[in-house]
Amino acid sequence: MSLDLFDFYDKMERNNILLSFKGDITSDLLTSVLQIMESKMDNLQEDNKTKKKVYNVLVECLQNLYHHMDDAPPAAEGEPSRSAIFMIGRLSNAYNVITGNYILNENISGLKQRLDEVNALDKEGLKEYYKQILNNGEMSLKGGGGLGMVDIARKTGQKLGYSFQPINDKVSFFSLNIKVTLNSN
Amino acid sequence: MEKYNIEGTPKTPAVNFDLAAGLLEIRGRSIPENSIEFYKPVTDLLDKYGASPKANTTVNVQLEYFNTSSSKCILDIFKKLETIHKGGSSIAINWYYEEDDEDMLEAGEDYQAIISVPFKMVQVAE
Repeated sequence: MSLDLFDFYDKMERNNILLSFKGDITSDLLTSVLQIMESKMDNLQEDNKTKKKVYNVLVECLQNLYHHMDDAPPAAEGEPSRSAIFMIGRLSNAYNVITGNYILNENISGLKQRLDEVNALDKEGLKEYYKQILNNGEMSLKGGGGLGMVDIARKTGQKLGYSFQPINDKVSFFSLNIKVTLNSN
Repeated sequence: MEKYNIEGTPKTPAVNFDLAAGLLEIRGRSIPENSIEFYKPVTDLLDKYGASPKANTTVNVQLEYFNTSSSKCILDIFKKLETIHKGGSSIAINWYYEEDDEDMLEAGEDYQAIISVPFKMVQVAE
């Protein structure tokens, strides 16, 4: 297989990707990525509100990847099971946070149902749902039992974009696409 | 009486719990991957404090960022404080937020709606 590096570069350039990563998602990696993104947003002179929103959404998206890495085995032999991908882009009116990871086919319907549930709610509905999960939901070592997605939807005021791409009879590739509109718009 | 004092890191807040003074302060960023582990010493100590609390307890929470797994742990702390408050020792929670940070204000209001303890929103300059 030949790797066309310029093709990669060109696609990333056209999508204004500020940072991308493919591989093992570790706690240290997330610390570094968050630090890099903070200084990039400082350099871009984003206003305080935008910086906070993007940072918050990044934390939830990336920690979601971190916590659910082990849920699916690799699609191909020899691939590290904790491997995932994420990209952060800045368009003229919004930041885009895109994450991708394998998911067991049997877990798709449950996740899809939860995402659709969140997407069906308006601002008030999300607030109530958030409080309900916060107050009654099960807390696990993997996080807040679905609180992350509700929080992302609440803070961005946007629908959660997602897709499942079938890979084989065991796993699919789950992509999550989150948009954080800039404060000035 | 005991004191629990830890410095903040890029992912965890500074915590100052002075049992003799009836003061609990949490400041900075709370975005660890494993929040339960981080907050366990605080909740353990709070259980101990609850057995013989001061007449008045002040709680100051001033967070720049917190993740959803921390939000559960923070609620845990508030619920323990609520129990102490119901037991007759007066608790006052101050929730600090920067003036343009609506999300942090809303987060405070969420807690205020869930727990019945005097809960004050304190606006600070950016």
